[in-house]
Amino acid sequence: MQTAERPSALQVRGLTKRFDRLAVDALDLTVRAGEFYALLGPNGAGKTTTLRMVAGLLRPDAGSVSVLGIDALSDPIAAKQIMAWVSDEPMIYDKLTPLEYLEFVAGLWGIDPAVSEPSAHDLLISLGLEPHLRERCEGFSRGMRQKVALAGALVHDPRLIILDEPLTGLDAVSARHVKGLLQQRVRGGCTVILTTHILEVAERMADRIGVIAAGRLVAEGTLAELRQQNGHNDTSLEDMFIALVDVEAAAA
Amino acid sequence: MSSAAELSWFARHEIRLAWREWLAMMTAGRHGRKRGAIIGLIAFAAIMHLPAYAVIGRFAELQAPLDKSSLIVITATILLAWALMLSQAIESVTRVFYARADLDLIMSSPVVLANIFSVRIAAIALSVIAMALLLSTPFVDVLVIGGGIRWFAAYGVVVAIGLSAAAVAIAVTIVLFRLIGPGRTRLAAQILAAIVGAGFVIALQIAAILSYGTLSRFAVLTSDAAAAFAPDTGSMIWWPARAALGDGETLLLLLAGGLMLLGAVMAIFSARFADTAIRVSAHAAPSRQNSRAKTFRASSRQQALRRKEFVLLRRDPWLVSQTLMQLLYLVPPALMLWRSFSDSSTAIVLITPVIVMAAGQLSGGLAWLTISGEDAADLVATAPLPASRVIRAKIEVVLIAIGVTFAPLVAALVFASPLQAAITALGVAVASISATAIQLWFRVQARRSQFRRRQTSSRLATFAEAFSSIGWAATAALVLAIPVAAAITGLITAAILAATWKISPRRS
Repeated sequence: MQTAERPSALQVRGLTKRFDRLAVDALDLTVRAGEFYALLGPNGAGKTTTLRMVAGLLRPDAGSVSVLGIDALSDPIAAKQIMAWVSDEPMIYDKLTPLEYLEFVAGLWGIDPAVSEPSAHDLLISLGLEPHLRERCEGFSRGMRQKVALAGALVHDPRLIILDEPLTGLDAVSARHVKGLLQQRVRGGCTVILTTHILEVAERMADRIGVIAAGRLVAEGTLAELRQQNGHNDTSLEDMFIALVDVEAAAA
Repeated sequence: MSSAAELSWFARHEIRLAWREWLAMMTAGRHGRKRGAIIGLIAFAAIMHLPAYAVIGRFAELQAPLDKSSLIVITATILLAWALMLSQAIESVTRVFYARADLDLIMSSPVVLANIFSVRIAAIALSVIAMALLLSTPFVDVLVIGGGIRWFAAYGVVVAIGLSAAAVAIAVTIVLFRLIGPGRTRLAAQILAAIVGAGFVIALQIAAILSYGTLSRFAVLTSDAAAAFAPDTGSMIWWPARAALGDGETLLLLLAGGLMLLGAVMAIFSARFADTAIRVSAHAAPSRQNSRAKTFRASSRQQALRRKEFVLLRRDPWLVSQTLMQLLYLVPPALMLWRSFSDSSTAIVLITPVIVMAAGQLSGGLAWLTISGEDAADLVATAPLPASRVIRAKIEVVLIAIGVTFAPLVAALVFASPLQAAITALGVAVASISATAIQLWFRVQARRSQFRRRQTSSRLATFAEAFSSIGWAATAALVLAIPVAAAITGLITAAILAATWKISPRRS
């Protein structure tokens, strides 16, 4: 199936959120099923707020969110069942071991232990945590905690994975492990949306890239399409990103 | 920078930090509340003069030379204050090691660490003394108003025992580090602080129960047996009591002794303080192997939540020390209960309010840990189950834990008095539900490690929780003794709860 013909995994229409100022401004966004989508933007652009609304962590002031055809605002439980969220700050329990944490997550998502237990072992081993399976997380480094949180997001086999800065604090080897795992999930039909400030990650991994500034989507497409829109086929993503963000800042 | 300049600069830094920490505690970290906090503090201090008068007013007329009974009562009171200061100082020392985020910065800077840690040891002593002076002010005021300015010497005694409490706390904590290592010291120190704080009163109560069948510790202190056992009135043991009564020479000796003790601790331990801090930062979070090979268990979503909460509660060092303290407080009533099987003493009625009060207090702490202290808030919020079921599972955990803790006591009470057991059980249930409800109305999103600061997030919730526990404890006791009065206290407590709900953020 051609990418453009795929059904949408996420469809956001007119999504709006205001705190002290307008954080997300009537945003429209479509991510296709089986796509690796990178959402870029400067600090405070509204990326995390948008994704927190999609994950059901924030109630939007206006707009709609549809996850694989399910209205996430009217039926959040059904939407959450097929979704996973990983925040930039790994939130795990210090007093649980990685295996206990994954058992808890599998229990929350109602996964049969016969399925979740081997899956949990495989995930933790593939992330290089085998020597630490039965150690409490309290002594873990930030990178190790991030890996446990990621394993927790994957253990219930979600169809849409949303990650906010998932590579922060990871060393090069761990980052490669994580990127490999995410690409493997995408090849298996899962949809991945991630925000990142590491433009090289978006450039190498994403099928499509969205650039958000001041709560609005200011550019979207494949890397080639973005270059075409920019008028320079040899421009790096970093140059394009800075140019787009500067234009928005000047307009604001 | 010269050594003296370095010391004075770091002392200023420590004082500024201590002041801001205290201010943040008083104002719940919100700007613009400084004036309100100061007015509240003055009002609280003024109100505290009433209970202080009730407790200590009768001692204001005491004049030297004192008889043995008076010396014992005053010395025991000073010893209790010292035990509480020691408990606070042990907590302060562990906080310096584990919670201050500046150890890396300090230790990587080109300063003489022994100097820096000498200042920090002095700062611990100062903060312990300042808090003790603040709390003792209403009591000393009552004595000064009733007995004359000679009682001002009591402030000097507070300073002297504060110095010695800080010195002992530092020595004890560093010895613990050496003996059992940094990983275990945190928990051991918390438990020690709890036992030291409560242990003295409880030991006196146990002695009173065993000897006189009453919970009043004064029964032991004023007994002929205690007077016969106590040393002669010229003994050094009575120095603090004599100093408090205005004996200037003894007071100076006490102050000198306290300063020398703290100085000795600084000289001996300042350098080791740095070593210890380095060891803590290297082993701040020891990895514990859970060797038991477990398989994932099939469960409902709520069961998964409940199981997680029980595991976390079981592994919570604060909870271990807190529960231990609550259980320690329950030892005297349990002892009375045991005695009452062979003795038809009416004092057994006193057991009910103690149990109800303990249940209310423990429920409040447990409810905060389970409801507000959620370390993986995003994970639970993105799980496919309604928020109401998450909350329900957490409340169930609190009530089950309270049930398991207090059921044996209530069951034992059934053998002594079935009616009292039923009223106690009802009191435990009502106090626990009330404390849990207050935590639910004032719930915040926080990390479990922030438990120590929970009171600062809402003073209203803290006071409501305390009044609710006291109110239901009094009501349960009055149901047994004066049922008409119980109706009044019950209504007042219910009204406090209703008012708390009305102004809680969850309602508005």
